Amino acid sequence: MKEQLRPAITVFVLLMLLTGVAYPVVVTLIAQGVFPHRANGSIIKAEGKPVGSELIGQPFTDARYFWGRPSATKPFPYNSASSSGSNLGPTNPALLDAVRGRVAAIRKAHPDQTGSVPVELITASGSGLDPHISPAAAEYQVMRVAKARGMDVDAVRQFVAAHTEGRTFGLLGEPRVNVLRLNLALDKRSE
Amino acid sequence: MTANAWIQLGLFLAVLLAAVKPLGWYMARVYRRQPCGLDRVLGWLERGIYRLGGFDPQREMTWKVYAIAVLLFNGIGLLALYALLRLQGILPLNPQGFPGASSELSFNTAASFVTNTNWQSYGGETTLGYLVQMLGLCVQNFLSAATGMAVLVALIRGLARRSTETIGNFWVDLTRSTLYILLPLSLLLAWVLVSQGIVQNFSPYQPVALLQPATDADGKPVTGQLLPMGPAAAQIAIKHLGTNGGGFFNVNGAHPYENPMPLSNFLEMLAILLIPAALCYTFGVMVGDRRQGWAILVAMLVIFVPLAASAITAEQMGVPAFTALGADQDAGDGQAGGNMEGKEVRFGITNSGLFATVTTAASCGAVNSMHDSFTPLGGLVPMWLMQLGEVIFGGVGSGLYGMLMFVIVAVFVAGLMVGRTPEYLGKKVEAFEMKMASLVILVPPIIILVGTAVAVAGPGLRYNAADTGEIKDNLNNPGAHGFSEVLYAFSSAAANNGSAFAGLTANEPFYNTALGLAMLMARFWLIIPVLAVAGALARKSCTPASAGTLPTHTPLFVVLLVGTVLLVGALTFVPALALGPVVEHLQMMVR
Repeated sequence: MKEQLRPAITVFVLLMLLTGVAYPVVVTLIAQGVFPHRANGSIIKAEGKPVGSELIGQPFTDARYFWGRPSATKPFPYNSASSSGSNLGPTNPALLDAVRGRVAAIRKAHPDQTGSVPVELITASGSGLDPHISPAAAEYQVMRVAKARGMDVDAVRQFVAAHTEGRTFGLLGEPRVNVLRLNLALDKRSE
Repeated sequence: MTANAWIQLGLFLAVLLAAVKPLGWYMARVYRRQPCGLDRVLGWLERGIYRLGGFDPQREMTWKVYAIAVLLFNGIGLLALYALLRLQGILPLNPQGFPGASSELSFNTAASFVTNTNWQSYGGETTLGYLVQMLGLCVQNFLSAATGMAVLVALIRGLARRSTETIGNFWVDLTRSTLYILLPLSLLLAWVLVSQGIVQNFSPYQPVALLQPATDADGKPVTGQLLPMGPAAAQIAIKHLGTNGGGFFNVNGAHPYENPMPLSNFLEMLAILLIPAALCYTFGVMVGDRRQGWAILVAMLVIFVPLAASAITAEQMGVPAFTALGADQDAGDGQAGGNMEGKEVRFGITNSGLFATVTTAASCGAVNSMHDSFTPLGGLVPMWLMQLGEVIFGGVGSGLYGMLMFVIVAVFVAGLMVGRTPEYLGKKVEAFEMKMASLVILVPPIIILVGTAVAVAGPGLRYNAADTGEIKDNLNNPGAHGFSEVLYAFSSAAANNGSAFAGLTANEPFYNTALGLAMLMARFWLIIPVLAVAGALARKSCTPASAGTLPTHTPLFVVLLVGTVLLVGALTFVPALALGPVVEHLQMMVR
């Protein structure tokens, strides 16, 4: 046992320096050198000011904006300093009550839509920070946004289409619309 | 499952299997101490470590010395991580000024990372500063993985050698695993992950304005967001490659800064299974019969693929109550549909279900969706994969050494059926090996079932909040689902997995202590018998194969092995699963 003590301590300290100091520092240097925008949080700037991250969603309730997913973060939705899902199970009455309330709120805000509500609009995301909605969820809101902004419906649709990403290589992931970027683009147009 | 879901699953398996042979071949060279290319670049580091460590890398160890070295090394790691967590408040590189962690949380987190479990009782961006993430968690991500690989290689040597007392040198196996396998792969992966949007910096958290101001729970206006930062990409790379799974952020791989794109998701899933799958080939090379490695890999796939398809199907079918309340859960051109509670749009159903299966087949425990919100049957899949003993790929090293214990049992059962002394790879399997293999197979179920029983008998249901002293519920969900939360927690700890039904409040003294102990027992009470088997096998001579020898590379043996794994897993856990997910499924369908 005693014989193994010196190798144990030395090997631990050396590998700790290698994997806990040298390795992250090297990765940081490469990251900051090659992908500074990505490595620093993909922050969107407007007139030099940071207005959000293209990867982190924001809460929207105004009729002029497209709305993202419900968020379970506390104490306010889309609190990026404390990511969290609801962790409610599918038979939990609390979840079913929440879904009932969300469906009612969405229906009320979209009187011209008669069909079922796309499921992402009434379920909280895993992170509470989901920046995306599905194209179906965006289409559901197009009329409302057009009306609130006094825009042509097809013009709004074009904005949605321009901010829709397909599957990576046509295969991976799911098609999605980045809500913050779409809303920023709409605001920029109306200026 | 949709057509695209089958394509994504098929593509994932194709890329994984294509990497098995080259990486497996390379790792065999590393462990046989043959030139592997990287030793030319990093050889000076390896030799430096041996020189400063004051040991002779040529001198091999008996299994007992090897076990002592493993325990000593991990004990030092445990103490170092515990100290870092406790002292966080006075250490540098902590821009958010987080205080030191409580003693139970520090014990739990240290046990969790040293055992390659990486259960998250901590909250990432709300609890840990950058120094602790790097020097504490990131280091153990590497070292716990390298420990698992070293123990596996010792067991393989036991099978491959004959009539010898020694099974290799732990310090050499540990150093070579880290330097030549884990570090280069992590560097490569971290680099790609940053390109996808994972953060890697030392800046304080960044404030940004909200486009539309919001109000918080108390009605106060909120005008901005605080974006978390940190050296995340480096740690996330090894988190997956080492089947660790502890998140840099609270919600782990669901966080957009931890897994921002479909491509990062694909690579993260691939990284989880890459080394465990390739080690099967390494095993084949080192015992001198590659078919033996392929047979085990096929057995793993035979269990993996149907379970992945089941999880995806269950989630795609969604929650009947959502449809009744007016939601559209059908998959179509415009949406993934299905049960999207706790899932991200960019991953949808396919990649959430597949990730959940991958992460629990391997003992990784990273998540990209909240398993607690899965449908009952969708949640049963990850839970049962952990309860099978983490041998379907399993942890790096630990998965295959666990599976080899099941192989010993399968060979023994076959021997009983035909009335011959069981053999594996020319080694007679005798009473001692069977006892040790039984220990490895029985310890985790005992921890899971006893732990769950104790917790739901009372101590794991309510706790006193540390700040207010208020009595609160541990469970986030009522009824059968609440029981599933506890069962999942102990399954995860005793499988060294680390994923959770995260609604369970586990950051309180009972769970921090009980799960911490469960993780340590499940790791080291298995490593010691595995090394004992390695020592006993190495001592034996080789029996030449005869007409009565059961070949262990045939489809027949694959069936026997799969049957053994499934039977043990089913017989042990069906009653507990019936009380949790099965009851909940019936409730969900009847409602």
